[in-house]
Amino acid sequence: MIANYGYKDGSGEYFISIDTDKCDGCGDCVGACPYGVLITGEDPNDPFREEPVAMVSEDHRKKIKYSCAPCKPVSDRPPLPCVAACGSGAIEHSW
Amino acid sequence: MTEEFWRWTESRWTSPDIDWKSGDIITAGCDVGSVSTQAVVMVDGQLYCYANMRTGSDSPDSAMRAINWALEGTGMTLDDIQYSVGTGYGRVNVPFAQRAITEIACHARGANFIYGSTVRTVLDMGGQDCKAIHCDERGKVVSFLMNDKCAAGTGRGMEVFADLLNVPITQIGELSLQVDEEPEPVSSTCVVFAKSEASALLRSGWPKEKVIAAYCSAMAHRVVTLLERIGMEEDFAITGGIAKNIGVVSRLEKELGVKALQTDYDTQLAGAIGAALFAKALVEKQRKGK
Repeated sequence: MIANYGYKDGSGEYFISIDTDKCDGCGDCVGACPYGVLITGEDPNDPFREEPVAMVSEDHRKKIKYSCAPCKPVSDRPPLPCVAACGSGAIEHSW
Repeated sequence: MTEEFWRWTESRWTSPDIDWKSGDIITAGCDVGSVSTQAVVMVDGQLYCYANMRTGSDSPDSAMRAINWALEGTGMTLDDIQYSVGTGYGRVNVPFAQRAITEIACHARGANFIYGSTVRTVLDMGGQDCKAIHCDERGKVVSFLMNDKCAAGTGRGMEVFADLLNVPITQIGELSLQVDEEPEPVSSTCVVFAKSEASALLRSGWPKEKVIAAYCSAMAHRVVTLLERIGMEEDFAITGGIAKNIGVVSRLEKELGVKALQTDYDTQLAGAIGAALFAKALVEKQRKGK
Protein backbone atom coordinates (compact mmCIF):
# COMPACT_ATOMS: atom_id res chain seq x y z
CA MET A 1 0.00 0.00 0.00
CA ILE A 2 1.21 3.50 -0.75
CA ALA A 3 0.26 5.59 2.25
CA ASN A 4 0.32 9.33 1.54
CA TYR A 5 0.49 11.44 4.66
CA GLY A 6 0.27 15.19 4.51
CA TYR A 7 -1.85 17.77 2.82
CA LYS A 8 -2.28 20.18 0.01
CA ASP A 9 -2.84 23.84 0.69
CA GLY A 10 -2.62 27.14 -1.15
CA SER A 11 1.19 27.05 -1.07
CA GLY A 12 1.72 23.58 -2.49
CA GLU A 13 1.51 19.83 -1.96
CA TYR A 14 3.24 18.31 1.01
CA PHE A 15 3.07 14.54 1.16
CA ILE A 16 5.34 11.87 2.57
CA SER A 17 4.61 8.57 0.84
CA ILE A 18 5.44 5.29 2.52
CA ASP A 19 5.31 2.10 0.50
CA THR A 20 4.10 -0.31 3.17
CA ASP A 21 4.93 -3.32 0.98
CA LYS A 22 8.59 -2.28 1.02
CA CYS A 23 8.59 -1.14 4.66
CA ASP A 24 9.42 -3.88 7.14
CA GLY A 25 8.92 -1.70 10.20
CA CYS A 26 12.64 -1.70 11.10
CA GLY A 27 12.44 1.84 12.47
CA ASP A 28 15.70 3.15 10.99
CA CYS A 29 13.83 6.19 9.66
CA VAL A 30 12.45 6.92 13.12
CA GLY A 31 15.96 7.27 14.53
CA ALA A 32 17.16 9.24 11.51
CA CYS A 33 14.46 11.93 11.66
CA PRO A 34 15.66 14.76 13.92
CA TYR A 35 12.13 16.04 14.50
CA GLY A 36 10.16 12.94 15.41
CA VAL A 37 7.98 13.08 12.31
CA LEU A 38 8.11 9.34 11.68
CA ILE A 39 6.98 6.58 14.00
CA THR A 40 6.46 2.85 13.66
CA GLY A 41 3.53 0.85 14.93
CA GLU A 42 0.57 -1.31 14.03
CA ASP A 43 -0.66 -0.45 10.52
CA PRO A 44 -3.81 1.59 11.14
CA ASN A 45 -5.01 0.99 7.58
CA ASP A 46 -4.45 -2.74 7.37
CA PRO A 47 -5.95 -4.63 10.32
CA PHE A 48 -4.48 -7.94 9.17
CA ARG A 49 -0.84 -6.88 8.85
CA GLU A 50 1.28 -8.62 11.49
CA GLU A 51 4.53 -6.61 11.38
CA PRO A 52 4.86 -2.95 12.36
CA VAL A 53 5.03 -0.26 9.71
CA ALA A 54 6.39 3.29 9.49
CA MET A 55 3.99 6.24 9.33
CA VAL A 56 3.92 9.98 9.87
CA SER A 57 2.91 10.74 13.44
CA GLU A 58 -0.51 12.24 14.01
CA ASP A 59 1.09 15.36 15.53
CA HIS A 60 2.98 16.18 12.35
CA ARG A 61 0.53 15.19 9.60
CA LYS A 62 -0.94 18.65 9.29
CA LYS A 63 2.31 20.58 9.45
CA ILE A 64 4.97 18.54 7.65
CA LYS A 65 5.80 21.51 5.45
CA TYR A 66 7.23 23.08 8.59
CA SER A 67 8.37 19.93 10.43
CA CYS A 68 10.48 18.84 7.46
CA ALA A 69 11.68 22.31 6.45
CA PRO A 70 15.00 22.17 8.38
CA CYS A 71 16.05 19.13 6.30
CA LYS A 72 15.19 20.95 3.07
CA PRO A 73 17.47 23.99 2.70
CA VAL A 74 16.90 26.02 -0.45
CA SER A 75 20.38 25.47 -1.81
CA ASP A 76 22.83 22.58 -1.49
CA ARG A 77 20.22 20.03 -0.65
CA PRO A 78 21.70 17.00 1.10
CA PRO A 79 19.81 13.69 0.94
CA LEU A 80 16.90 13.61 3.36
CA PRO A 81 17.89 11.67 6.50
CA CYS A 82 14.71 9.56 6.52
CA VAL A 83 14.97 8.66 2.82
CA ALA A 84 18.69 7.90 3.16
CA ALA A 85 18.14 5.75 6.25
CA CYS A 86 15.54 3.55 4.60
CA GLY A 87 17.35 0.53 3.18
CA SER A 88 14.33 -0.65 1.23
CA GLY A 89 13.57 2.71 -0.39
CA ALA A 90 10.07 2.91 1.01
CA ILE A 91 9.98 6.64 1.74
CA GLU A 92 9.40 9.49 -0.71
CA HIS A 93 8.69 13.18 -0.29
CA SER A 94 6.53 15.03 -2.79
CA TRP A 95 8.28 18.39 -2.40
CA MET B 1 -38.47 28.47 14.77
CA THR B 2 -36.86 29.12 11.45
CA GLU B 3 -36.22 26.21 9.16
CA GLU B 4 -32.78 24.64 9.44
CA PHE B 5 -31.84 24.32 5.79
CA TRP B 6 -28.56 22.54 6.46
CA ARG B 7 -30.19 19.73 8.40
CA TRP B 8 -30.38 16.41 6.59
CA THR B 9 -32.79 13.68 7.60
CA GLU B 10 -31.59 11.08 10.04
CA SER B 11 -32.70 7.57 9.16
CA ARG B 12 -32.86 3.97 10.28
CA TRP B 13 -33.75 0.74 8.50
CA THR B 14 -34.13 -2.98 9.19
CA SER B 15 -33.94 -5.66 6.53
CA PRO B 16 -37.31 -7.43 6.24
CA ASP B 17 -35.66 -10.55 4.76
CA ILE B 18 -33.19 -11.50 7.48
CA ASP B 19 -33.96 -13.45 10.64
CA TRP B 20 -30.99 -12.54 12.80
CA LYS B 21 -31.65 -15.34 15.26
CA SER B 22 -30.66 -17.92 12.67
CA GLY B 23 -27.48 -16.01 11.79
CA ASP B 24 -24.06 -17.41 12.57
CA ILE B 25 -21.82 -14.34 12.74
CA ILE B 26 -23.39 -11.09 13.95
CA THR B 27 -21.11 -8.06 13.80
CA ALA B 28 -21.45 -4.31 14.06
CA GLY B 29 -19.62 -1.35 12.60
CA CYS B 30 -19.84 2.16 13.93
CA ASP B 31 -18.49 5.12 12.00
CA VAL B 32 -18.31 8.19 14.22
CA GLY B 33 -17.58 11.00 11.80
CA SER B 34 -17.14 14.69 12.41
CA VAL B 35 -20.64 15.45 11.19
CA SER B 36 -22.56 12.16 11.09
CA THR B 37 -22.50 8.83 12.91
CA GLN B 38 -23.63 5.54 11.41
CA ALA B 39 -24.10 2.20 13.13
CA VAL B 40 -24.76 -0.92 11.11
CA VAL B 41 -25.34 -4.52 12.12
CA MET B 42 -24.53 -7.29 9.68
CA VAL B 43 -25.65 -10.89 9.88
CA ASP B 44 -23.30 -13.26 8.08
CA GLY B 45 -22.00 -10.42 5.95
CA GLN B 46 -25.45 -9.15 4.95
CA LEU B 47 -26.72 -5.74 5.97
CA TYR B 48 -29.35 -6.30 8.67
CA CYS B 49 -30.06 -2.87 10.14
CA TYR B 50 -28.58 0.59 10.38
CA ALA B 51 -29.00 4.03 11.83
CA ASN B 52 -27.58 7.24 10.41
CA MET B 53 -27.65 10.34 12.58
CA ARG B 54 -25.77 13.51 13.47
CA THR B 55 -22.73 13.31 15.69
CA GLY B 56 -23.16 15.21 18.94
CA SER B 57 -20.46 16.85 21.00
CA ASP B 58 -19.79 13.57 22.79
CA SER B 59 -18.44 10.75 20.57
CA PRO B 60 -19.14 7.79 22.92
CA ASP B 61 -22.66 9.05 23.42
CA SER B 62 -23.18 9.50 19.65
CA ALA B 63 -21.98 5.95 19.03
CA MET B 64 -24.32 4.56 21.69
CA ARG B 65 -27.29 6.54 20.39
CA ALA B 66 -26.65 5.30 16.85
CA ILE B 67 -26.33 1.62 17.74
CA ASN B 68 -29.34 1.76 20.08
CA TRP B 69 -31.41 3.36 17.34
CA ALA B 70 -30.22 0.77 14.81
CA LEU B 71 -31.24 -2.05 17.17
CA GLU B 72 -34.61 -0.48 18.00
CA GLY B 73 -37.46 -2.88 17.32
CA THR B 74 -35.18 -5.71 16.18
CA GLY B 75 -35.20 -7.63 19.48
CA MET B 76 -31.41 -7.73 19.24
CA THR B 77 -29.28 -6.34 22.05
CA LEU B 78 -25.63 -5.33 22.16
CA ASP B 79 -24.88 -8.68 23.84
CA ASP B 80 -25.99 -10.53 20.70
CA ILE B 81 -23.28 -8.83 18.65
CA GLN B 82 -20.12 -10.93 18.61
CA TYR B 83 -17.65 -8.32 17.46
CA SER B 84 -17.80 -4.58 16.81
CA VAL B 85 -15.35 -2.32 15.03
CA GLY B 86 -15.24 1.44 15.42
CA THR B 87 -14.08 3.70 12.62
CA GLY B 88 -14.04 7.36 11.63
CA TYR B 89 -12.70 10.37 13.37
CA GLY B 90 -14.13 9.26 16.75
CA ARG B 91 -13.18 5.59 16.32
CA VAL B 92 -11.31 5.25 19.60
CA ASN B 93 -14.38 6.51 21.43
CA VAL B 94 -16.83 3.77 20.49
CA PRO B 95 -17.63 2.13 23.85
CA PHE B 96 -18.89 -1.21 22.49
CA ALA B 97 -16.17 -1.70 19.87
CA GLN B 98 -13.41 -4.24 20.45
CA ARG B 99 -11.19 -2.64 17.85
CA ALA B 100 -10.67 0.60 15.94
CA ILE B 101 -9.77 0.58 12.24
CA THR B 102 -9.18 3.71 10.16
CA GLU B 103 -11.93 4.98 7.92
CA ILE B 104 -9.56 4.63 4.96
CA ALA B 105 -9.53 0.84 5.27
CA CYS B 106 -13.25 0.77 6.12
CA HIS B 107 -14.39 2.99 3.25
CA ALA B 108 -12.49 0.88 0.73
CA ARG B 109 -14.02 -2.30 2.15
CA GLY B 110 -17.47 -0.70 2.35
CA ALA B 111 -17.32 0.63 -1.21
CA ASN B 112 -16.36 -2.85 -2.36
CA PHE B 113 -19.55 -4.16 -0.69
CA ILE B 114 -21.84 -1.37 -1.87
CA TYR B 115 -20.59 -0.94 -5.43
CA GLY B 116 -19.11 -4.36 -6.13
CA SER B 117 -15.63 -5.75 -6.68
CA THR B 118 -14.96 -3.71 -9.83
CA VAL B 119 -14.36 -0.52 -7.82
CA ARG B 120 -10.75 0.61 -7.97
CA THR B 121 -10.94 4.29 -7.02
CA VAL B 122 -13.01 5.48 -4.08
CA LEU B 123 -13.51 9.09 -3.23
CA ASP B 124 -14.88 9.52 0.25
CA MET B 125 -16.36 12.97 0.59
CA GLY B 126 -17.13 13.20 4.23
CA GLY B 127 -18.28 15.82 6.64
CA GLN B 128 -14.96 17.47 7.26
CA ASP B 129 -12.37 15.74 5.14
CA CYS B 130 -11.92 14.11 1.81
CA LYS B 131 -10.06 10.89 1.01
CA ALA B 132 -8.96 9.38 -2.27
CA ILE B 133 -8.41 5.63 -2.07
CA HIS B 134 -7.31 2.97 -4.55
CA CYS B 135 -8.33 -0.56 -3.71
CA ASP B 136 -8.10 -4.03 -5.20
CA GLU B 137 -10.93 -6.45 -6.06
CA ARG B 138 -11.24 -7.50 -2.42
CA GLY B 139 -11.56 -3.93 -1.19
CA LYS B 140 -8.04 -3.86 0.25
CA VAL B 141 -6.34 -0.46 0.15
CA VAL B 142 -3.61 -0.16 -2.49
CA SER B 143 -2.87 3.52 -1.94
CA PHE B 144 -4.56 6.45 -0.29
CA LEU B 145 -4.38 10.16 0.19
CA MET B 146 -6.26 12.12 2.75
CA ASN B 147 -6.88 15.82 3.01
CA ASP B 148 -8.03 16.57 6.49
CA LYS B 149 -6.33 19.87 7.00
CA CYS B 150 -9.07 21.83 5.37
CA ALA B 151 -12.85 21.38 5.20
CA ALA B 152 -13.12 22.82 1.69
CA GLY B 153 -14.92 20.41 -0.60
CA THR B 154 -16.76 18.62 2.19
CA GLY B 155 -20.23 18.17 3.57
CA ARG B 156 -19.79 20.82 6.23
CA GLY B 157 -19.09 23.38 3.52
CA MET B 158 -22.29 22.39 1.75
CA GLU B 159 -24.24 22.79 5.00
CA VAL B 160 -22.88 26.30 5.38
CA PHE B 161 -24.04 27.13 1.85
CA ALA B 162 -27.48 25.59 2.40
CA ASP B 163 -27.88 27.91 5.35
CA LEU B 164 -26.56 30.96 3.55
CA LEU B 165 -28.86 30.48 0.57
CA ASN B 166 -31.89 29.16 2.49
CA VAL B 167 -32.05 26.08 0.30
CA PRO B 168 -32.67 22.66 1.89
CA ILE B 169 -29.44 20.66 1.64
CA THR B 170 -31.11 17.82 -0.26
CA GLN B 171 -32.19 20.21 -3.02
CA ILE B 172 -28.89 21.98 -3.51
CA GLY B 173 -27.57 19.55 -6.12
CA GLU B 174 -30.63 19.80 -8.36
CA LEU B 175 -30.80 23.57 -7.99
CA SER B 176 -27.16 23.98 -8.95
CA LEU B 177 -27.92 22.35 -12.30
CA GLN B 178 -30.61 24.89 -13.15
CA VAL B 179 -28.21 27.36 -14.71
CA ASP B 180 -28.09 28.12 -18.42
CA GLU B 181 -24.40 28.64 -18.40
CA GLU B 182 -21.84 27.27 -15.95
CA PRO B 183 -20.45 30.19 -13.90
CA GLU B 184 -16.80 30.50 -12.93
CA PRO B 185 -16.14 28.49 -9.77
CA VAL B 186 -15.80 30.55 -6.59
CA SER B 187 -12.10 31.22 -6.24
CA SER B 188 -11.76 30.51 -2.54
CA THR B 189 -11.48 26.92 -1.48
CA CYS B 190 -11.79 27.75 2.21
CA VAL B 191 -15.40 27.42 3.38
CA VAL B 192 -15.31 30.66 5.35
CA PHE B 193 -13.82 32.69 2.49
CA ALA B 194 -16.04 30.96 -0.06
CA LYS B 195 -19.04 31.96 2.01
CA SER B 196 -18.03 35.61 2.07
CA GLU B 197 -17.31 35.44 -1.66
CA ALA B 198 -20.78 33.95 -2.20
CA SER B 199 -22.38 36.68 -0.08
CA ALA B 200 -20.75 39.27 -2.31
CA LEU B 201 -22.01 37.48 -5.43
CA LEU B 202 -25.56 37.43 -4.03
CA ARG B 203 -25.30 41.13 -3.28
CA SER B 204 -24.17 41.82 -6.79
CA GLY B 205 -27.38 40.23 -8.05
CA TRP B 206 -26.45 36.62 -8.83
CA PRO B 207 -29.41 34.25 -8.42
CA LYS B 208 -29.11 31.47 -5.84
CA GLU B 209 -28.71 28.72 -8.40
CA LYS B 210 -25.79 30.47 -10.03
CA VAL B 211 -24.02 30.95 -6.70
CA ILE B 212 -24.52 27.35 -5.72
CA ALA B 213 -23.38 26.19 -9.16
CA ALA B 214 -20.19 28.18 -8.66
CA TYR B 215 -19.66 26.54 -5.29
CA CYS B 216 -20.40 22.99 -6.47
CA SER B 217 -17.96 23.37 -9.30
CA ALA B 218 -15.27 24.76 -6.97
CA MET B 219 -15.80 21.77 -4.71
CA ALA B 220 -15.59 19.32 -7.60
CA HIS B 221 -12.45 20.97 -8.88
CA ARG B 222 -10.80 20.82 -5.51
CA VAL B 223 -11.22 17.07 -5.08
CA VAL B 224 -10.16 16.42 -8.66
CA THR B 225 -6.75 17.81 -7.76
CA LEU B 226 -6.52 15.21 -4.98
CA LEU B 227 -7.28 12.48 -7.50
CA GLU B 228 -4.66 13.86 -9.85
CA ARG B 229 -2.00 13.05 -7.32
CA ILE B 230 -3.14 9.50 -6.66
CA GLY B 231 -4.35 8.70 -10.19
CA MET B 232 -7.71 7.56 -11.53
CA GLU B 233 -8.51 3.97 -12.32
CA GLU B 234 -12.02 2.79 -13.14
CA ASP B 235 -14.47 1.81 -11.80
CA PHE B 236 -14.91 4.96 -9.83
CA ALA B 237 -17.22 5.38 -6.84
CA ILE B 238 -18.00 8.13 -4.37
CA THR B 239 -18.92 7.49 -0.75
CA GLY B 240 -20.01 9.84 2.01
CA GLY B 241 -22.76 12.42 2.09
CA ILE B 242 -21.64 14.46 -0.91
CA ALA B 243 -22.22 11.41 -3.14
CA LYS B 244 -25.91 12.31 -2.79
CA ASN B 245 -25.35 15.78 -4.24
CA ILE B 246 -25.92 15.53 -7.98
CA GLY B 247 -24.54 19.03 -8.48
CA VAL B 248 -21.09 18.06 -7.22
CA VAL B 249 -21.14 14.51 -8.60
CA SER B 250 -22.06 15.52 -12.15
CA ARG B 251 -19.40 18.24 -12.21
CA LEU B 252 -16.83 15.79 -10.86
CA GLU B 253 -17.75 13.27 -13.55
CA LYS B 254 -17.45 15.95 -16.19
CA GLU B 255 -14.05 17.13 -15.01
CA LEU B 256 -12.69 13.59 -14.61
CA GLY B 257 -14.27 12.29 -17.80
CA VAL B 258 -15.56 9.17 -16.02
CA LYS B 259 -18.94 8.16 -14.63
CA ALA B 260 -19.32 7.32 -10.96
CA LEU B 261 -21.09 4.07 -10.09
CA GLN B 262 -24.65 4.36 -8.81
CA THR B 263 -26.20 2.60 -5.84
CA ASP B 264 -29.44 2.30 -3.88
CA TYR B 265 -27.51 2.09 -0.61
CA ASP B 266 -27.12 5.17 1.56
CA THR B 267 -23.60 6.27 0.58
CA GLN B 268 -22.96 7.59 4.09
CA LEU B 269 -22.96 3.99 5.33
CA ALA B 270 -19.80 2.86 3.52
CA GLY B 271 -17.45 3.29 6.47
CA ALA B 272 -19.70 1.53 8.98
CA ILE B 273 -20.40 -1.33 6.55
CA GLY B 274 -16.66 -1.75 6.00
CA ALA B 275 -16.12 -1.80 9.76
CA ALA B 276 -18.78 -4.49 10.26
CA LEU B 277 -17.21 -6.58 7.47
CA PHE B 278 -13.78 -6.28 9.12
CA ALA B 279 -15.44 -7.37 12.37
CA LYS B 280 -16.75 -10.46 10.59
CA ALA B 281 -13.30 -11.23 9.17
CA LEU B 282 -11.79 -10.83 12.64
CA VAL B 283 -14.32 -13.26 14.13
CA GLU B 284 -13.47 -15.77 11.40
CA LYS B 285 -9.77 -15.29 12.07
CA GLN B 286 -10.31 -15.91 15.79
CA ARG B 287 -12.25 -19.10 15.06
CA LYS B 288 -9.53 -20.38 12.77
CA GLY B 289 -6.92 -19.70 15.41
CA LYS B 290 -8.74 -21.85 17.95
